Amino acid sequence: MLVGDVRAIEAMNAGGGLAARVEEARARLDAQAREIVAWHFDPKTGCPFWLDYAKKQDWEPRTAIQGYADLRRFEPFEDEWLRGGPVRRWVPKAYAGRPVYVFETGGSTGVPKSRINIEDFRTDYELFSETLPDGAFPKGSDWLMLGPSGPRRLRLAVEHLCQHRGGICFCVDMDPRWVVKLIKSGRPELMHEYKDHVIHQGLTVLRAHENIRCLFTTPKLLEALCERISLVRAGITGVFCGGTQLTAQFHRFAREELLEGAIEFVPTYGNTLMGLACHKPFDPADHYSIIYHPPSPRAMLEVVDPKEPDRVVKYGELGRVRLTTLTREFFVPGFLERDEGIRRPPCEAYPWDGVGDVRPFSGFATPVIEGVY
Amino acid sequence: MLHIPILRHGRAYESVETFELVHHATGATVATVSQANSGLVARDIARMDDAILERFTVAELMDMCRKAAELFMTGALPLGDGRQTFDEYVTCLSATTGMPISYCRANAKKIQRVLSDIGAVIGGLTRGFDLSILDRGYGHHGGGWLSYHRVGRVFGAVLPSNSPGVHSLWAPAVALKVPVVLKPGREEPWTPYRIIESLAAAGVPREAFGFYPTDHAGAGEILRHCDRSMLFGGGPTVRPWLNDPRVEVHGPGYSKVLLGDDCVHDWRNYIDVMVGSIAANGGRSCINASAVWTPKHGRAIAEALADRLGAVRALPADDAEASIAAFGNVAAAEQISAVIDAGLREPGAIELTADGRGGPRLVREGRCAYLLPTIVWCEDWKHPLANHEFLFPYASVVECPTVEMADAIGPSLVVSAITRDKAFAASLMASAKVERLNVGAIPTYQISWDQPHEGNLFEHLYRQRAFQIEPAA
Repeated sequence: MLVGDVRAIEAMNAGGGLAARVEEARARLDAQAREIVAWHFDPKTGCPFWLDYAKKQDWEPRTAIQGYADLRRFEPFEDEWLRGGPVRRWVPKAYAGRPVYVFETGGSTGVPKSRINIEDFRTDYELFSETLPDGAFPKGSDWLMLGPSGPRRLRLAVEHLCQHRGGICFCVDMDPRWVVKLIKSGRPELMHEYKDHVIHQGLTVLRAHENIRCLFTTPKLLEALCERISLVRAGITGVFCGGTQLTAQFHRFAREELLEGAIEFVPTYGNTLMGLACHKPFDPADHYSIIYHPPSPRAMLEVVDPKEPDRVVKYGELGRVRLTTLTREFFVPGFLERDEGIRRPPCEAYPWDGVGDVRPFSGFATPVIEGVY
Repeated sequence: MLHIPILRHGRAYESVETFELVHHATGATVATVSQANSGLVARDIARMDDAILERFTVAELMDMCRKAAELFMTGALPLGDGRQTFDEYVTCLSATTGMPISYCRANAKKIQRVLSDIGAVIGGLTRGFDLSILDRGYGHHGGGWLSYHRVGRVFGAVLPSNSPGVHSLWAPAVALKVPVVLKPGREEPWTPYRIIESLAAAGVPREAFGFYPTDHAGAGEILRHCDRSMLFGGGPTVRPWLNDPRVEVHGPGYSKVLLGDDCVHDWRNYIDVMVGSIAANGGRSCINASAVWTPKHGRAIAEALADRLGAVRALPADDAEASIAAFGNVAAAEQISAVIDAGLREPGAIELTADGRGGPRLVREGRCAYLLPTIVWCEDWKHPLANHEFLFPYASVVECPTVEMADAIGPSLVVSAITRDKAFAASLMASAKVERLNVGAIPTYQISWDQPHEGNLFEHLYRQRAFQIEPAA
């Protein structure tokens, strides 16, 4: 158990300010669960998938779900439901006629999972924007987005984040599906050539545009970029990093060496289904463990026993990550992610559970190819 | 708790991420080992001073190696926050690898030998030219100019855990002025760390060493960023590097003992050579024989080998009589045994050690396992079990006419051909498949240190250039 964890648990048990804020956050989550279930299962506003689902049940979600804990009434959400069409079954009737985006996850083999979006990605990133320190991510400065694009949400989302903060976002394409294919087929040299191609474009943009202060990129691309350039000398003041697994040792390495101890480093965990989790503010007591807190009440992460997914593990224990998304655009109850992590207690900035040291779930028969970009 | 740090340009660095090295038999934690993230490895190699050893002559570096040889065997050398004596080193090495204590000591002597006889080793690799030529860059040799330049600016080694003897292969690079970057095998950080500390204590600048316990991705960074490197492994691990001339791949040896028509009638006289070739060092080296090829008497030879090796028992690593290593990873032992059993289900092969040992090949002792020596008689050299190498004393015995052997044996790291037949020896001499050739009753494990091993390290690190210089006025 981390020193920070012990402190947080003691604070909660002491019944002081943190305990009260945890209670308030829980109440907001319960209210959100009621409201979102009422919305998705209302024939006037809900989406065809959930309305059809309700018809096959012998219980009425709108009356049965009165709080977050009641969501266990739903059977585990199957990722197969998100593979293939018709994609319109996920569009709430209340949003008929609105422009709809579709974002995909994975997809290096087979049919990718897809999620419809209308405004959610903008909302998620606007909320996330409030957590960014203005000193390191100055309002009005420009950004470089050097990471997964194509069918993924990230490019549009980061661009919106930048615009929301008054900046203009330069983007470089990166196709992670191609990278996974190169690795699977044993062609690492081609993968490195592709990485160099991406980095070269990023360097060109950085050198040509002096107002770029903020960078989004992935761990591997950050390493590759820092092999070629000092980001401090290039004028970068804040780096927002995500898109794949980050380890505690990478976190330390990035802060101390790649970013020379002079650039703000904001690691994040996000995915198409959840949105964007915030990183607990850096605290040396956490020993570089990367702790994420979901964007409650719009989404919640739980760390559960893989063999008994309704049992949340104790603080400090490893388990599989289970996601619940609760927005008017998209409702996903109890989806078992492909990740595992350590359950972490609420903190001052985020008074609800967090997940630490997220990594690919080790219980799969075939290891997930991760950490490649 | 003992902690083994990363060495970054020779300086200890404790990672946030560590893994526990456990005792193969008790499961008790022996040490924690810092794990390097791959980006850190790449960053350090790029920043390494590749000329750090140029300030010394080869002769001076060889003197340091000789001093290091002594220190390796006797010194209390730095390890993490403390120091480790030789006996402590041997105890730790045996604990995490499962190798018998007696073999650990024998392997340590191999390393001492390479360092103390570094002159002969380097002389063998350079075929005797004046080594000051490497200091000046050029010099007179054999009536003309000779010039070399160093292409191995930083030398990387991705090392195995199977036997400490392999570390004798990279160590001479230091005497050739090349800084080294090492990724130790997971269970065997002890020996490379101790060699580094011996050399540093003997005067080699610490900045010439990188030591990175790391994962597959970190190993890839070493191979990609070092100008020259060596990689131990097989199958998918080495496949991407097979056609990269910068990387010297050390895969399975498939070493063999061959009997000629002229000697086969005396085969009983050579059983000791065959048994030693198969089982020395617990059968864990690439220079252990994994097959015996003979023109006749195959079944009788196989039975005699089975009779001798069937007596081997699974004994604790600290038993002076122990002659095979334990597998701390029981699943790996089970997998090996299952592969052999699957092969035996193919018609034409029979395990001859099965009856003599009076029990199964796989022996479970507490939390570890042993694989007892296994001799398989194959009726045809094309049988799937005829050309396999495993991490324990295993050998097939096959019959094949000697005129066909050179073509049929396939790639073989060491061939000991027991023959005085010049034509047979010549056929092997002409074969590109044979890396090391012993003609006569020489065990496969008997290494002559002035000979190259799977490629000449000097030629890997240096390139000869054409050179002329205008005479001084």
